[in-house]
Amino acid sequence: MSASVAVAVAAEYSGADFSNDHWWVPLLKGVFIMVLVLTSVIMAIWFERKVVAKMQLRPGPNVHGPAGLLQSTADAIKLLVKEDISVRAADKLVYLVAPVIAVFASFLTLAVVPMAGEVSVFGFRTPLQMTDFPVAVLYILACTSVGVYGMVLGGWSSGSTYPLLGAVRSTAQVISYELAMGLSLVSVFVLAGSMSTSQIVEAQYREQWFVAALPLAFILYVVSMVGEVNRLPFDLPEAEGELVAGYMTEYSAMKFAWFYLAEYINMLNVSAVATTLFLGGWHTPLPLNYLGVPDSGYWGLLWFLLKVWTIMFFFVWVRGTLLRFRYDQFMNLGWKVLIPTALAWLFGVTAIRAIDEFTDVDSRLMLLVLAGVLLLFAAAAFLVPEKQAPPPEPDTEFDPYADGYPVPPMPGQTLPPSPRRLRAMAAAGAGYGPSDAAPSDAAPSDAAQTEETDRD
Amino acid sequence: MSAMVSSAAATLTAGLTSTGEASTGEAILFWVLAPIMVVASLGLLFARKAVHAAMSVITVMITLAFLYVAQDAPFLGVVQVVVYTGAIMMLFLFVLMLVGVDASDSLVETIKGQRWIALLGGLGLLVVLGGVVVTATFPPARGLDATTYPAAGLDSTGQPSNPQGLAAIVFGSYAFALEVVGALLVTAALGALVLTHRERLIPKRDQKTRVKDRVRALASGGTLTPLAAPGVYARHNAMDVPALGPDGQPVEASVNRVLKVRGQEADADLYAARIDRVLAGGWADEDLPAAAPVDAIEAAETDCDPDPTSEEADR
Repeated sequence: MSASVAVAVAAEYSGADFSNDHWWVPLLKGVFIMVLVLTSVIMAIWFERKVVAKMQLRPGPNVHGPAGLLQSTADAIKLLVKEDISVRAADKLVYLVAPVIAVFASFLTLAVVPMAGEVSVFGFRTPLQMTDFPVAVLYILACTSVGVYGMVLGGWSSGSTYPLLGAVRSTAQVISYELAMGLSLVSVFVLAGSMSTSQIVEAQYREQWFVAALPLAFILYVVSMVGEVNRLPFDLPEAEGELVAGYMTEYSAMKFAWFYLAEYINMLNVSAVATTLFLGGWHTPLPLNYLGVPDSGYWGLLWFLLKVWTIMFFFVWVRGTLLRFRYDQFMNLGWKVLIPTALAWLFGVTAIRAIDEFTDVDSRLMLLVLAGVLLLFAAAAFLVPEKQAPPPEPDTEFDPYADGYPVPPMPGQTLPPSPRRLRAMAAAGAGYGPSDAAPSDAAPSDAAQTEETDRD
Repeated sequence: MSAMVSSAAATLTAGLTSTGEASTGEAILFWVLAPIMVVASLGLLFARKAVHAAMSVITVMITLAFLYVAQDAPFLGVVQVVVYTGAIMMLFLFVLMLVGVDASDSLVETIKGQRWIALLGGLGLLVVLGGVVVTATFPPARGLDATTYPAAGLDSTGQPSNPQGLAAIVFGSYAFALEVVGALLVTAALGALVLTHRERLIPKRDQKTRVKDRVRALASGGTLTPLAAPGVYARHNAMDVPALGPDGQPVEASVNRVLKVRGQEADADLYAARIDRVLAGGWADEDLPAAAPVDAIEAAETDCDPDPTSEEADR
């Protein structure tokens, strides 16, 4: 049976064909990737500052160049010529090597990402992708996990408290979020029957985008990718309110710039991976492909970049919207929500895929059964008693000056009537009979509320 | 540049000829990577700091992964980096982080004579390994052709592609062994959970109770807000100088209690006196009353400062 698994799945979709490549073609593609990445980073920093500024109703960089476009270039030159300060307490070798590890590892990922289909390079037909192999997506995971060593070692070697805390957080973050990320990617492998990026793109072209087929896996990937690149709701390793700048506190000038560069390249990387694995890669996006807009040749690069920058916009949007998590919330989300969800989702996808592959069950029947099961779960959910509100605090006597400070009544306590109201009640009560019109313990709540508004 | 290396490694995957000889490209790769691996392995043995040793292990793992890829085993190579370098060594580092940058191993023998026992054991291992290497004869390399499922996972060129051929072996011939290993790992994980489980003897202090406690402590002199940062309004932006409150009086609680215990705290009254002089219209340093000449203040400062040279540098 296991032999039939492999036979059924193997080579269903054709991948990129590199057989025409001369030795200089990958070299040229490598140079192209470097140029693309470096210019994109300059662009991304400007883009982020400008978009966040628009979200916060301020102009953002607008002095250097048209619309402030040259601001990041100026910043880069400033970082290049700044004095390079080394910390005396640092572990010199590791301190120097750490930013290099971070930035080099971040350059590796795009080598296996297909940016377009067959293009013509000086008369040769070749796919616009540096290389591809059967485990390309695992290679991407490997590169990101090596890149994290840059942060961890940089934080440790600085010989200072805040960077060390940043490094420790970074380690814990990677260990917890890479699991969820890997599990969400496995469902893509199961559906595409391959771990090669070009074959996954091809599979999406033939069937449908995996964001539609595997919506939960996409959500899991997006959450964990934000955690992976330390962007805002998850930027605990460099939380500026708590750790100054986290692992890069003691870095300055070009060494700091390398960390900064690595962070933005990693953003581009995870965006490119999300595009490739979930958003159809370099093929024409949804409404346009029915209109016959081409994706052959260099058109593919346009669509690829469009999708990547859409995700980059999402990153900036999230940064402009969400607040940083507390550390325990962050860990709870990773271990108690993302990983169990990813496991359950993976089990479901694999089961459905196996039924589809090895039995003659009609897919319509399978979907109906699935819908029935879901309905059953929904019905069962109605039977589960609703979560009870926490029991109200024991009905203690209201002490308006508890712990030495004026406090409002807690739930279950009622505010005693004010002296003025007491007098009014006494006056009203005098008409009826005995004058001891003491307020009843169970004063109606609306009376208490009018009392509140009566004040002042 | 490293992308080049990896792509070069990828193109080398067909490096092994049918006779089992390594191709030129693979030989070059080996002779580039082998010295790095040897140096890194020696680094593991001789590094004084635990993190340096861990870095050496990481280097060996990554170079080994390159060699695996060159030996037509891309899955093994990449998974080695993902699992061992990315997860397991990261866990090791996580623990080493807590040791700190200055710590190095102590060379005191904890068990008497352990050095000689270790040496003896190492020699024994060397003899065994040497014997195996010298006497073993290898059949011609066949790679994944040797699987019992020759039809499994053929790629476009008719060669068995790596992850699929491997999957056919692991989930075919060795399915039972895999299940057993899985059960073992689950048991180990459960064991770790049980052993590290802690009964909560007192209720957990959550954010709400802490807030309540702080409000309660307010009546008896506590604060709701964090304590004032030291040195912020003083002449020196230093940890050992207490902050001055809006009334010009030093806030004693702003200096870390560790410094107080060590006796490294600067005298708050001197600084308060300076503020008073400024408020009175005089200079902080000059125009001093005879009782407190400049030298006394400076001397007090230098006394408090654990590293007088840094103050010199500040100026």
